[in-house]
Amino acid sequence: MAYDYAPFPYTPPPGLTQPEPRHRVVIVGAGPIGLAMAIDLAQQGIASVVLDDNNVVSVGSRAICWAKRTLEIFDRLGVGERMLAKGVTWKVGRNFHHNEQVYAFDLLPEPGHKYPAFINLQQYYVEQYLAERAQDFPDLIDLRFLNKVTDHADHGDHVTLDITTPDGNYTLEADYYLACDGAGSATRTRMDLPFKGQTFEEHFLIVDVEMETSPFGNHDTPERWFWFNPPFHNGQSALLHKQPDNIYRIDLQLGPDTDPQIEATEAKVIPRIKAIVGDTPFRLDWMSVYKFRCAKLDRFVHNRVIFVGDSAHVVSPFGARGGNGGIQDLDNLGWKLAAVLQGKAAQSLLETYNTERVHGSAENILNSSRATNFMTPKSPIEALFRDQVLDLAADHPFARKLINSGRLSQPCTLAESPLQTPGDAPVPPGTPLLDAPILDAQGPAWLLSKAQGSFTLLTAGPAYLPDIAGIARIGINQSNDYPCYRSEDGHVETRYGTVKIYLLRPDGHVCAVFDTPDPTAIIAARDRALGATL
Amino acid sequence: MILDDKLGRDADAFYNALMDAHEGLDETESHALNARLVLIFANEIGDLDRLKTLLTTARQNTTS
Ligand SMILES: Cc1cc2nc3c(=O)[nH]c(=O)nc-3n(C[C@H](O)[C@H](O)[C@H](O)COP(=O)(O)OP(=O)(O)OC[C@H]3O[C@@H](n4cnc5c(N)ncnc54)[C@H](O)[C@@H]3O)c2cc1C
Repeated sequence: MAYDYAPFPYTPPPGLTQPEPRHRVVIVGAGPIGLAMAIDLAQQGIASVVLDDNNVVSVGSRAICWAKRTLEIFDRLGVGERMLAKGVTWKVGRNFHHNEQVYAFDLLPEPGHKYPAFINLQQYYVEQYLAERAQDFPDLIDLRFLNKVTDHADHGDHVTLDITTPDGNYTLEADYYLACDGAGSATRTRMDLPFKGQTFEEHFLIVDVEMETSPFGNHDTPERWFWFNPPFHNGQSALLHKQPDNIYRIDLQLGPDTDPQIEATEAKVIPRIKAIVGDTPFRLDWMSVYKFRCAKLDRFVHNRVIFVGDSAHVVSPFGARGGNGGIQDLDNLGWKLAAVLQGKAAQSLLETYNTERVHGSAENILNSSRATNFMTPKSPIEALFRDQVLDLAADHPFARKLINSGRLSQPCTLAESPLQTPGDAPVPPGTPLLDAPILDAQGPAWLLSKAQGSFTLLTAGPAYLPDIAGIARIGINQSNDYPCYRSEDGHVETRYGTVKIYLLRPDGHVCAVFDTPDPTAIIAARDRALGATL
Repeated sequence: MILDDKLGRDADAFYNALMDAHEGLDETESHALNARLVLIFANEIGDLDRLKTLLTTARQNTTS
């Protein structure tokens, strides 16, 4: 069944009839990033207006692979479990050369995590679930569809916006303007900001087909299958994924010299699909032809205008680092912007969103462009090397490691950032927390769901965690006058050790580690994470 | 002989650096670069027995 695109309701905004009071935050764009941003802020009590020029969720499935870290952030935003329940879970990827499997990888070989390495879920479901979650905050999230931002101006301490609706134009004022307006960001164009990077010449055909019979054959566990020189397609590569509702994603590399208009037609696409699935009946759900690029802004923060998601950076999709990277952006920005607006931190804290996420997106671009380069040799010598790697891989493990069909999205590490207090521990400063199974009063639970959303002290050691205003406490295998849980199967101890005390930021990243529960040191580290030493 | 991975986390970075080294060369020049690389790498390995095994291994994998 094709997804039912129910339009979101449009209500004439108050600004059409009388000037609105200045808003704290206006979010431009209700894609996955803008919606998640609004929920994150609302959970911290910060109101926002979300403006979108459209009134339906993503047309076409677009992003389908959502990584473990993204799901952990969605868990904090109250939508992780719903996404997991609907999504197709997978963790194994297989690379084929012609018909032969040359290399397989397991992205989460260990047990004891609430969320899997990946789920596949169409972007329209992700946006739908986020939009529905946003409606849980009617006093804090003001969603305005068919509201197109046509201009804006930064006045130093606030931003003004010009907006067009079906009923006419109006203006808004906001303390902060969050540009979540996607890869083609008009905000970026208006500000004349360079968006530098690499465009790949190759065309890719992306097709979703619905079918009852699995093209994975009798392999009933969904996986990611990638072919170099596939037997069924006269081109360099092909990629196959399973999505919910019996929909399969097929990506076919078409080469640089194809005409996208001609390729994205049923007449051309149906024979290509038949070559893969044979005579099995199928329905074409969505198709599109893309050229990919990797590019980013030099800076994501421009005084009161802040870029989040695709407006700040785009990557080729091999590695699923686009949407997943954007979700890490808002996870990083949410608590910082809330702290600034609540007077708990100076505006300079926002500059660390810039440095931390410019670093993260550079890592995503590096990995995505390496994979795309491997898949799209741009000279005969590059093709020669690639083919020899694939041949050697049949016998030699070293060559398997060189095969690059996408290095899949990993959370980035922020060890270099000035917000972290340097230190050594099994989970070192800068890394996001590691999930583990625990027992709470109701039964089995997950550390992840207890530990994110505020500054939190965590230990699986004997130390009594001190009571400090604004810092939550979690003791594992302790019984004290703060939340304490039993570890299940020893996973917490294995992952965190039984010595260290960890201080987590609200986005779940370790920002300091301690051997003793010294309140002065803990307060200093928390203040540092809030930008006190910048 | 089976060649295990020694590049570890640097595998992708090495591969990209190798492609960069060929950037902008025509086929003859790339051929020459490869020949020089083989000679330089051989000197770095510096062990005739090992080099002979590697030559045989590479030759075995040559497909037409
Ligand atoms: C084929 C394909 C496959 C992909 N696969 C993956 C994947 O597997 N995993 C992954 O993580 N990522 C993937 N991506 C990337 C992913 O789709 C994007 O990273 C993601 O959509 C970015 O979200 P966003 O909210 O930043 O931008 P968008 O989703 O583009 O949302 C921007 C929103 O802003 C609105 N807007 C724009 N201009 C204005 C304006 N002037 N006024 C008001 N509203 C405006 C738009 O209507 C839109 O709703 C894929 C992308 C493609 C194309």
